Amino acid sequence: MYTFSGKLKTFSIILMALGIIGIAYGFLTAPKTVEEVEAILSEQHHGGHGSHDAHAAPAHGEATAHGANTASHDAHAANHEEHTATVTAVINDSTAHAADSTETHIAHVTEVTPAHAEANAHVAKADTHDAHAEHTKHLEHVLHQLQNKPWAAVYVGCIFFMLISLGIFTFNQIQYAASAGWSPVLFRVMEGLSAYLLPGSVLFFLLLLASSAHLNHLFIWMDADVVANDPLIAGKTGFLNIPFFLIRAVLFLGGWNLFRILSRRNSLALDETGDLTYFKKNFKLAAGYLVFFIITESIMSWDWIMSIDTHWYSTLFGWYVFASFFVTAVTIIALATLYLKNKGLLEFVNTSHIHDLAKFMFGLSIFWTYLWFSQFMLMWYANIPEEVTYFIFRIEEYNLPFFGMLALNFLLPILLLINTDFKRLSWIIVMAGACIIAGHYLDFFNMIMPGTVGASWFIGAAEIGSVLFFGGLFIFVGFSAIAKAPLLVKNNPMVEESKHFHY
Amino acid sequence: MSSHYEAPIRKPLVIGDKSYHDITVDVARPVETRANKQWWTVFTIALIAFLWGAGCMVYTIGTGIGTWGLNKTVGWAWDITNFVWWVGIGHAGTLISAVLLLFRQKWRMAINRSAEAMTIFSVVQAGLFPIIHMGRPWLAYWVLPMPNQFGSLWVNFNSPLLWDVFAISTYLSVSLVFWWTGLLPDFAMLRDRAVTPFSKRIYSTLSFGWSGRAKDWQRFEEVSLVLAGLATPLVLSVHTIVSFDFATSVIPGWHTTILPPYFVAGAIFSGFAMVNTLLIIMRKVVSLEDYITIQHIELMNIIVMITGSVVGIAYITELWVAWYSGVEYEQYAFLNRATGPYWWSYWLMMTCNVISPQVMWFKKIRTSILGSFIISIIVNIGMWFERFVIIVTSLHRDYLPSSWTMFQPTFVDAGIYIGTIGFFFVLFLLYSRTFPVIAQAEVKTILKSSGENYKKKRENENHSHNH
Repeated sequence: MYTFSGKLKTFSIILMALGIIGIAYGFLTAPKTVEEVEAILSEQHHGGHGSHDAHAAPAHGEATAHGANTASHDAHAANHEEHTATVTAVINDSTAHAADSTETHIAHVTEVTPAHAEANAHVAKADTHDAHAEHTKHLEHVLHQLQNKPWAAVYVGCIFFMLISLGIFTFNQIQYAASAGWSPVLFRVMEGLSAYLLPGSVLFFLLLLASSAHLNHLFIWMDADVVANDPLIAGKTGFLNIPFFLIRAVLFLGGWNLFRILSRRNSLALDETGDLTYFKKNFKLAAGYLVFFIITESIMSWDWIMSIDTHWYSTLFGWYVFASFFVTAVTIIALATLYLKNKGLLEFVNTSHIHDLAKFMFGLSIFWTYLWFSQFMLMWYANIPEEVTYFIFRIEEYNLPFFGMLALNFLLPILLLINTDFKRLSWIIVMAGACIIAGHYLDFFNMIMPGTVGASWFIGAAEIGSVLFFGGLFIFVGFSAIAKAPLLVKNNPMVEESKHFHY
Repeated sequence: MSSHYEAPIRKPLVIGDKSYHDITVDVARPVETRANKQWWTVFTIALIAFLWGAGCMVYTIGTGIGTWGLNKTVGWAWDITNFVWWVGIGHAGTLISAVLLLFRQKWRMAINRSAEAMTIFSVVQAGLFPIIHMGRPWLAYWVLPMPNQFGSLWVNFNSPLLWDVFAISTYLSVSLVFWWTGLLPDFAMLRDRAVTPFSKRIYSTLSFGWSGRAKDWQRFEEVSLVLAGLATPLVLSVHTIVSFDFATSVIPGWHTTILPPYFVAGAIFSGFAMVNTLLIIMRKVVSLEDYITIQHIELMNIIVMITGSVVGIAYITELWVAWYSGVEYEQYAFLNRATGPYWWSYWLMMTCNVISPQVMWFKKIRTSILGSFIISIIVNIGMWFERFVIIVTSLHRDYLPSSWTMFQPTFVDAGIYIGTIGFFFVLFLLYSRTFPVIAQAEVKTILKSSGENYKKKRENENHSHNH
């Protein structure tokens, strides 16, 4: 039996506290009114539009900071150079801005955020004669982007950890369905960590509600104005409408949690009673879950991630998202197992079990890369404008995270984990695991940020804060749940095999 | 490699009171006995089909591609359909020998030899099509990047058709080496049992002087593992590259990112169905029911069911995204599939591939030999139509309505296809009489853990211990 160690509990609480501070800072420093944005913009005009290529990350971070410090704008007014950087952050998809700016802005905009830009183009057409209305529209848009930043940061952190716990549960179910003989000694770790699915789902659903209530602008298709002016998005309202969106979310999140609760209940009942019908029940439950999962996972990825870039579509997307969180989930299982083993709590876990987990980390990293490459290469090769903008924007504006994640998700795990002996060394697995987790966080970042904050991205207080908060919560909930049941399953007909497993 | 302990709930993989010697005798029997009348009948039919097909190929090359049913709009039809179909079938062999090895599935041992043979023979069939569908096949060597007298005129590495050349040739070579390595101990067994000098000579040559020392076995296992690790990404990438032939294009219905994994899933699907078709007959004909058991068939059926579901999800994803994309060409491509002039092939494909594997959820059906056999045939018909639908329905109606047309195969198209089926069976039938169709060396490694007699013995021992 494991007792949630005081140190780890304190650590997770500190993480959560730091996370909340970071998130709160992100929200407090976001501009709140059009006036604030106007102030920022008017300030930018002092700075001029000198450098369009100054989309450097730090500048965007400052953009947010500037937005908040309306009171001290005068102080900033002197510093023209800094403002130039701010300009580029704010104007990046402003069509209306073209009214008092050069034409290059429009070109830039269209190139940069196709989805938003197109919507804006319509607005621009309608309002060409009304420069004032246009200006207001533009200010609103900029405001939305800057306000999206902390929301998007929280959204990425929230969905990332929620999907990790879903991935852990899915891995657990695959082990049942495959009658795996090596993994039952790890079942309690998986069951415990996937306990995060429930609070994670609730928090995530609250975020979806917040978007649906128009508290943010993460999903442009939720904006009636945009839909009215964009025939392409209007054509999708049969699927992309708020009530149906929320119903699907309830169905998916509810279904996954239901399966998890039932599976855990059967597992505990098997411990107590030794009645093999619980084992059989769990086998059938796993088969049912996997069918439910493969369907809901695809639709979930379209709903919660792909629809952010509402104009873009890719048939591979669902499986790509799956590969991303699934490899992270296996990595988390490996790290938690190492932690518990290190404390001497997992008596029957040996280096062979670790070796197997590391092989999954290795293999699934390659699998993720395969899907990444397939999706990227096919769009790059055919170069069809409607879909290739997705990658053009990411390469131009998210160059480092976009290609950096390839190093983290593919190159380093491959090099670190190809050696058999290395796959049995804790510190190697921790290193490769850190790469994989950071890399797949970046993957979700790359999927969500460009459509929500455009080129204004920056990994700052809110982004780090939300990773700390949800990470802390994940540890807290996961290890609390691990502490609620013995670490070794009893009466599972496969567990003896697992105890004697050597590879 | 495996644990010393096996859960009692696992079912035996070798049935009957078998000893090591029994396995040897059972596996060697087809090789050491004479072929019966039925074998000769089937072989003759296959040979005639093959010769007919070869005639059609010669006719095509001599006369021109115009003897086929292709036209200016539909430049690919049965040729590439058959190519992809055969490559797909070939994938199960590598899947069984490599992926199931990586996942330590002991049940693979009774079926891997024949599955690999099937791979080799079907990749050979597939390999014919890229050559014969060329307008000038005698210039086929131009696809190879060789220094030459045209000022070193080179190939363009941007074409997926060139990637195909590398993919298929690498795949064939690696599969062949993987298969042959596994055969060494088994050929050595046949060599050691040979009674005629002729067969002794033959199997001595084929077994490369295998003597089965500890060091040899150690290296043998290591090589198998490395080759399995290489063959797995290879098998995925080969069918991925085949899918790139379509997915890199800008044709509505072809250009879709899901094609790579979905083609791979389809390949596993049709490949396993084909293994099932062949093994259900083989276990009966050469009396290997004790090794290729109902459990083996059931497990293959489960894989057919899983990959069939994955393929089904992909179909639905494609349909949904066609609607979601808002691209009218894409939407029309799928409308045309479902309701156009080739609607029957689309619905045949849907029925065979999406609905038929779902019956495997019923234990009664997936453990029934007849049921499995019928479904396995249906799946391969469905998978042929999948490729046909993807290729022809996307081509015959695309961007310009003025170039819309139909496709009608000729007897030469059909003749070549029948010829490859004949050729495949010629090779497979020869194989089944001259090669050890079960990897006896491997099966012997699981006899004591998974043999029915040993499992019973353990059970009784445990029982007596408890009292």
